[in-house]
Amino acid sequence: MKYVEEFRSQDLALKLARTIKRECDPDRQYNLMEFCGGHTHAIFRFGVQDLLPENLRFVHGPGCPVCVLPIGRIDNAIHLATEHGVILCTYGDMMRVPASGRKSLLKVKAEGGDVRMVYSTLDALKIARENPHREVVFFAIGFETTTPPTAVAIKQAQAEGLKNFSVFCNHVLTPAAIQNILESPEVREMGPVTIDGFFGPSHVSSIIGSRPYEFFSEEFQKPVVIAGFEPLDVMQSALMLIRQINEGRHEVENEYTRVVSREGNLKAQALVAEVMELRQSFEWRGLGLVPYSALQINSAYETFDAEKRFEIPAIQASDVKGCECPRILRGVKKPTDCQLFGTVCTPENPMGSCMVSSEGACAAYWSYGRFRH
Amino acid sequence: MKERFPIRLNTRDGTVDMTHGSGGRAMAQLIRELFVRHFDNDLLRQANDQAAFDVSAGRMVVSTDSHVISPLFFPGGDIGSLSVHGTINDVAMSGARPLYLTAGFILEEGFPLADLEKIVRSMAGAATDAGVPVVSGDTKVVERGKGDGVFITTTGIGMVPGGVNISGDRARPGDAILVNGTIGDHGIAVMSSRENLEFETAIQSDSAALHGLVADMVEAVSTIHCLRDPTRGGLATTLNELAQQSGVGMRLHEDAIPVDPSVIAACELLGLDPLYVANEGKLICICAHEDAQRLIKVMREHPLGRRAAIIGEVVADEQGFVQMETGFGGSRMVDWLAGEQLPRIC
Repeated sequence: MKYVEEFRSQDLALKLARTIKRECDPDRQYNLMEFCGGHTHAIFRFGVQDLLPENLRFVHGPGCPVCVLPIGRIDNAIHLATEHGVILCTYGDMMRVPASGRKSLLKVKAEGGDVRMVYSTLDALKIARENPHREVVFFAIGFETTTPPTAVAIKQAQAEGLKNFSVFCNHVLTPAAIQNILESPEVREMGPVTIDGFFGPSHVSSIIGSRPYEFFSEEFQKPVVIAGFEPLDVMQSALMLIRQINEGRHEVENEYTRVVSREGNLKAQALVAEVMELRQSFEWRGLGLVPYSALQINSAYETFDAEKRFEIPAIQASDVKGCECPRILRGVKKPTDCQLFGTVCTPENPMGSCMVSSEGACAAYWSYGRFRH
Repeated sequence: MKERFPIRLNTRDGTVDMTHGSGGRAMAQLIRELFVRHFDNDLLRQANDQAAFDVSAGRMVVSTDSHVISPLFFPGGDIGSLSVHGTINDVAMSGARPLYLTAGFILEEGFPLADLEKIVRSMAGAATDAGVPVVSGDTKVVERGKGDGVFITTTGIGMVPGGVNISGDRARPGDAILVNGTIGDHGIAVMSSRENLEFETAIQSDSAALHGLVADMVEAVSTIHCLRDPTRGGLATTLNELAQQSGVGMRLHEDAIPVDPSVIAACELLGLDPLYVANEGKLICICAHEDAQRLIKVMREHPLGRRAAIIGEVVADEQGFVQMETGFGGSRMVDWLAGEQLPRIC
């Protein structure tokens, strides 16, 4: 646990807390958006908010991979399992996400659909090898962190000539989403949300580097600090953001230097570029259609594209009535502003996606923080 | 006169078939050459459909537990020893001295008899070590594909010593919360041997019968308020159960909760929280504040309580929230486990 515990030290946390308190201007509000669910999880799990002054507020962004996937795409995946009879492989977090008609992959599995939880894309390949007479589809989701493993699986499948393996690709891109949030009228016109600065993603940035954020900080004049996922990383990055805000700077700074470089992981980027290409547009839960915000498998590898192999219709499914997930994902509302929160929507019975993953803002509020309300 | 079977049960490469559950001679042979042979005791040898024994006057407890674990064999135990420990512990959590066990087996057609013998031998060993014999049992066989190798249900009975009144609804504000050692070992040991998740770890399941430890604790402090073993759902879920049952809140200190570093590391890798990982040789004890130190001393003198610790206290809270001061200096809620613990993606 070396190199982890060091970033959870209470002594250092208290020292940092004192510095933050000293440097925070008591006459202003600091609204800092953490884009990533990983940060949301860390903030709640370690109780970071307790150590910070009241005028520093975390705004929880849309960076929870399962939370932003629109219901229609989950319906598509369910359809693959039930109508096309494929073996559908996916990551564990995806299993409980609610789809249309109160279905979920977990329920589909209970009803006899062949849905399998995997820990790695290589497990999905293994299942394909072991079931040569069945179609095996990997339901690929996630940001830039999980994209390279999907690309590896596709390349591996081609190398082996695995004909029964394909990928239902739903990989999305972080920079496009941040830009979308910054461009939304609510943020631009200083409406209900004023975001003063961003915590940049940690794992995502290890792949894409810090360079892609330089455009936002310049164009939108907002500071970005790339932050690690440990609680001390979050606090140190908060201090760096506060300093930028106080000094009127808007730069990309990197707190997570032990992992993230300016250029990122060039090998992983090249792998993804070889197998995938930009989609013109992709629907995000909470953000709607966002141009060039997702990836699809390119023509050279299209035989492994489930969207080419099976008929996958575009489904416009709507959220449960009253569910505020779309606004919560943009930081416009807090989970506690939603009338479903904690009444009919709980982690046992999630109505919206933010209640599913422990990275989702609603689940984090409910499971870690509801004693505060 | 004992009936002889001309050919011995093939426990080397034979398998369970439907005749082993049909009530005929094949079943009789399985019972005789496998179950009775390994569980051997006076009551079982009487070969009745029930075991009859005398009991003293007093308060008796009974508990039953079904075991459906996958994989059947894991580092530090198997379904056999687990099915003995699990039920003994459920009986012991009332402060009782466990007396007898019964066992029901549901076997799947095609299950290797060698594995069954290994399981039964392990079960018999666990029962002998614990001094709690298996005195009656039942076997059924289901068709291939309708079971998962073997399911075992065990029932245990025990006698509660006079003056002991341990129950989940007796936690009171001010009480101390104790645990007898590191949490999460069993769940991580089992996960490390799951087919799709194999990873190298030295962690062994903590599966153990806790009645000896409980006897020492009850002897030292007969007024213990609550005892419960945090199995599925882990420490967090069991504490929430107790808080709910007693109508109180709890406040834990993360730094005080013993967790083995390799369990923490495995949990970090898999995106799990050790507070929700299963245990099979742990107990939570809630007692009056003034009894806590005496109990800790007694627990630490027992091999199954070497790392016993006071991990928090009971507080007044109508909502029954379990809260925790994090090692980082903040606070958070420790909620019930929602669904299954699923690994996070990012």
